[in-house]
Amino acid sequence: MSTESDNLIGTDRVKRGMAEQLKGGVIMDVVTAEQAKIAEDAGAVAVMALERVPADIRAQGGVSRASDPDMIESIIDTVSIPVMAKARIGHFVEAQILQALGVDYIDESEVLTPADYVNHIDKQPFTVPFVCGATNLGEALRRINEGAAMIRSKGEAGTGDVSNATGHIRKILGEIAALSAMREDELYVAAKELQAPYELVREVAERGSLPVVLFTAGGIATPADAAMMMQLGADGVFVGSGIFKSGNPAARASAVVEATTNFDNPEVLAKVSRGLGEAMVGINVDDIPQPHRLAERGW
Amino acid sequence: MTTIGVLAVQGDVREHRAMLEQVGTDTVDVRYVDELDGIDGLVIPGGESTAIINLLKRQELVEPLRAQIAEGLPVYGSCAGMILLSDKVEGREDQELLGGMDIAVKRNAFGRQVASFEAPVYCQTIGDEPFHGIFIRAPWAEVIGDGVKVLGTVTDHEGQTRAVALRQGSLFVTAFHPELTDDTRMHEYFVREIVQS
Repeated sequence: MSTESDNLIGTDRVKRGMAEQLKGGVIMDVVTAEQAKIAEDAGAVAVMALERVPADIRAQGGVSRASDPDMIESIIDTVSIPVMAKARIGHFVEAQILQALGVDYIDESEVLTPADYVNHIDKQPFTVPFVCGATNLGEALRRINEGAAMIRSKGEAGTGDVSNATGHIRKILGEIAALSAMREDELYVAAKELQAPYELVREVAERGSLPVVLFTAGGIATPADAAMMMQLGADGVFVGSGIFKSGNPAARASAVVEATTNFDNPEVLAKVSRGLGEAMVGINVDDIPQPHRLAERGW
Repeated sequence: MTTIGVLAVQGDVREHRAMLEQVGTDTVDVRYVDELDGIDGLVIPGGESTAIINLLKRQELVEPLRAQIAEGLPVYGSCAGMILLSDKVEGREDQELLGGMDIAVKRNAFGRQVASFEAPVYCQTIGDEPFHGIFIRAPWAEVIGDGVKVLGTVTDHEGQTRAVALRQGSLFVTAFHPELTDDTRMHEYFVREIVQS
């Protein structure tokens, strides 16, 4: 007979703390167990299991949903690093299924087709932690208020064009810096303008940072892209299509990992940027018609 | 002044540095071999153990670190750091480690992230008041060598007592993350009893 345990699971501290352990690391999109193994061997801190990388979702169109449980399980069985998986915005049942499968983190992701155009998932009751995308500080704080334990700034996924990721991480960090410089009596109006709870706004102003880890994602395709995100102040990076849509995924994965650790060392960056074969074919964000821009999903 | 290096290839480096500074030491990041010069002790933070060892190889830090550990450099490893300082991982004998402590650890011993938890750690060495342990995909020590002292234990989800804080000579490990709490007693123990003694 086992003794009843008083251990507390699913607390904010273990959810947020899990993301703290990923800092300085690279999280890679993978669609098969073989790719997951390549990512792990290259030094990824986690993998994101999904059925199609954003570049293919973009090319093939159609409704994009959470992945097949068999595929997620085969990845969980293959690697020892954490496995993340995506649920559609607002699709709390997909999230329940992913939690039942034992994934380590759920990404409520704009890369999939939203299931609810009004509400995001209420993430508080889940034991599994969530990461959510944001294009600005207000959006980040609304997600944290719903229970997100990690934020990633959004870029335009599946493009290989890093400009949106750059814009959004700058925006979020700039808005945090502006809050920190405000007088206390100005924070009430700031909360109103950010459309975020006053308590969270005040906490961010006091800390000078989000209360959760801030990664960046979307359009990162080269070691230099990853290093730039780190120099801009990201805690780590997600790389989606950039690795497995390139000429030599193993070499590129490895180089992006090394660049993220040595983000401020141009000599190392020059060395790891050599001989990687072809980068993914890019699409300029400006060439994508507005309704097909993923970063604009979510609110 | 005591200077503690924090291995900074990946993981929650900032939190450890903040803790160490609170207990009155200087801290430096260690990413390159020359940054090992002049440190009195080293902390290996929480992170992903496979990613950290991979990066240590590429930063050419594995052999210098093993040499320093063999020479008696005080090292404290939390979570991933505990895995890296152990001699063996149960069931994954192929996983490369730094080694040094005569224990075999079980990775993700309490379960995956959904089983990550908070619980009291009983550790007489730091006092009667239990330490608030934060366990994230944490290991425990499964096999413990004769020269290793168990300093702290926790009750797992099945009611079994598990070894989660251990010391052998100048090496100290915890399966939990004191750096995610406000309690500095573990860092204080490392600095006062191992580095400065």
